[in-house]
Amino acid sequence: MIKDIIEQTEALEQRIHTLSLTPEEVEANAEEIRRLDQERTQLLAQCADLSAADRVYLARHPKRPHIDDFIEHLFTDFFEQKGDHLYDEDASIYGGIARYKGMPVTVLGHRKGRTMEENIRFNFGMPRPEGYRKALRLMEQAEKFGRPIITFIDTPGAYPGMEAEEHGQGEAIARNLAAMSSLHVPVIAVVTGEGNSGGALAISVANQILMLENAVYSVLSPEGFASILWKDASRHEEACEVMKLTARDLREAGVADHLIPEPLGGAQTDPERLYASLDIVLEKSLNDLLKLSPEEVRKQRQEKYRNI
Amino acid sequence: MKSPIKKVYELYKNRAFEKKAREDMIGHAGVHFTWPLAGKNADAEKTEKAETKAKADAKADGEKSTGRSLPAVMIPSSFITCRSCGRRALRRRWEENYFICPTCGKYAPLGGYYRLKLILDPGSFEELDSDISADDPLGFPGYKEKIEKQEEKTGLSESVISAVGTIEGIRLVTVVLDSRFFMGSMSRAVGEKVTRAVEYADAHHLPLLIFSASGGARMQEGIYSLMQMAKTSAAIETFSEHGGLYISFLTHPTTGGVTASFATLGDITLAEPGALIGFAGPRVIEQTINRKLPKGFQRAEYLENHGFVDRIVKRSEMRDVLTDILKLHVDSAVQRTTATAGEVNA
Repeated sequence: MIKDIIEQTEALEQRIHTLSLTPEEVEANAEEIRRLDQERTQLLAQCADLSAADRVYLARHPKRPHIDDFIEHLFTDFFEQKGDHLYDEDASIYGGIARYKGMPVTVLGHRKGRTMEENIRFNFGMPRPEGYRKALRLMEQAEKFGRPIITFIDTPGAYPGMEAEEHGQGEAIARNLAAMSSLHVPVIAVVTGEGNSGGALAISVANQILMLENAVYSVLSPEGFASILWKDASRHEEACEVMKLTARDLREAGVADHLIPEPLGGAQTDPERLYASLDIVLEKSLNDLLKLSPEEVRKQRQEKYRNI
Repeated sequence: MKSPIKKVYELYKNRAFEKKAREDMIGHAGVHFTWPLAGKNADAEKTEKAETKAKADAKADGEKSTGRSLPAVMIPSSFITCRSCGRRALRRRWEENYFICPTCGKYAPLGGYYRLKLILDPGSFEELDSDISADDPLGFPGYKEKIEKQEEKTGLSESVISAVGTIEGIRLVTVVLDSRFFMGSMSRAVGEKVTRAVEYADAHHLPLLIFSASGGARMQEGIYSLMQMAKTSAAIETFSEHGGLYISFLTHPTTGGVTASFATLGDITLAEPGALIGFAGPRVIEQTINRKLPKGFQRAEYLENHGFVDRIVKRSEMRDVLTDILKLHVDSAVQRTTATAGEVNA
């Protein structure tokens, strides 16, 4: 089970870290550190062949890079835009204007936190209608100024709360789907963690969908799926297998266009390498789309979804 | 002057529709009578299967023989019991009351064809894309059998019917989701049929009317089901950009992926009294917020008060309200064309 492997490697990393606090210590414990590191590499080598349930675990791993990490490492001059300018600010959607390779782009996505306080502030990455309307505002602005849009998908789903319903959760998502389908600027969606239900789709109607190798994208969370179909949420691992939710399955289905390889044991083991490989694919995808005329960009996106 | 052959054909065509509507109306209340046959005791289970099959065949108008000479006959019971209050009333009284319980006023679900019969001008019904039926894109275990079972039970091949017809002489495209088939859930076939109907309306410059009723996404089709939300919304957006009128009629229950796509994108949104309309189901919300929901939450009246529905329309006034709306738009379209023609002349 991947969970044990990841926990063991994390314990090893912790020990390596405590042994190498100062340069003197590193020298003194060189032998021990090398041994531990070897052990860690061996453990990670077992992660080569992962089941769908393993990938769901990795996709939800709290140390996995989140949208703020991606923005920090791939973009420059980030300027955050807040609020839907109608009613409220929803922190579970994070976005604004930034430069990618010097070009101004609009970047936005779901935001998850690492600590409990952060997660409560970001509502565990579950947007309310205000979040979707904020995303729509940002995207319409991008359309106005001809900026490409890059979105990062990582959400358990749209927030199923009482106020969210009263404020038109369904309507907000539907508006986004309709508006995104008619944008004339290139839209690239990167599924970085878990993408569940309409909550993920509402900001991922894109010309190209990139998926990290261990990311998952599906109609509902495996737990929800199992409880709806079999009235038993504890059968979620079984659900993972039949749902065909891994990046590879989605590529076969024609939903995902490119897979981004992750380091062994998931993105959190070596984020720098992940940023580098994502950067290569993202740049290529964007350049491909920029060759098309605005009308072609729109048509290409509409055809992609028309044929699914 | 219509040719007699065309007249006969239209009569025949309408007969098939009337028959479907009648079967729809009978719904769950009735007795399936099978002619006693020799050798029935030999394999009781097998016979039972053959019976349901025969019934389905009779319903689907297919002349396929099941090996037995006499098909099962549906004898409608003359009483219908309300599922809400439990009171029984004469079928005739239910029918006069548009299948709203005569005792408690609860709306019973209407079959798709029957609903179309209530609103369309007689003889104007033309079905679209009736050849599209549910498939199994994920190869989900047990899904195919489930589809077959639903087909037998309802006589439908998917949870959606799309058609062209007229209301008071105004031609329009209508789509009806039927909650009896897989809870009206959105499968790839449903998405395709809805999208094609929207495209048809767009190509022929016709108004579009969609009656939604859905439990959400069809779980067994996974990501394909989810993507139908984007597909149908995109079609509506294009239709809307071209100036098409889209009336969305929300009936019980409209939830999940259908709410979060075409159902809430109407130029005019109507709802049936008491219909449950929402994105997340009430049970999921209660579990999330750990609190009981107020009475009437997510009902049509609640949505009207929160600003998402233009008007709540009773079944008895359904056709009149639709006629009024359509007429307002036909008139304004005429005005618009004459105005632009005037500009050209000037």
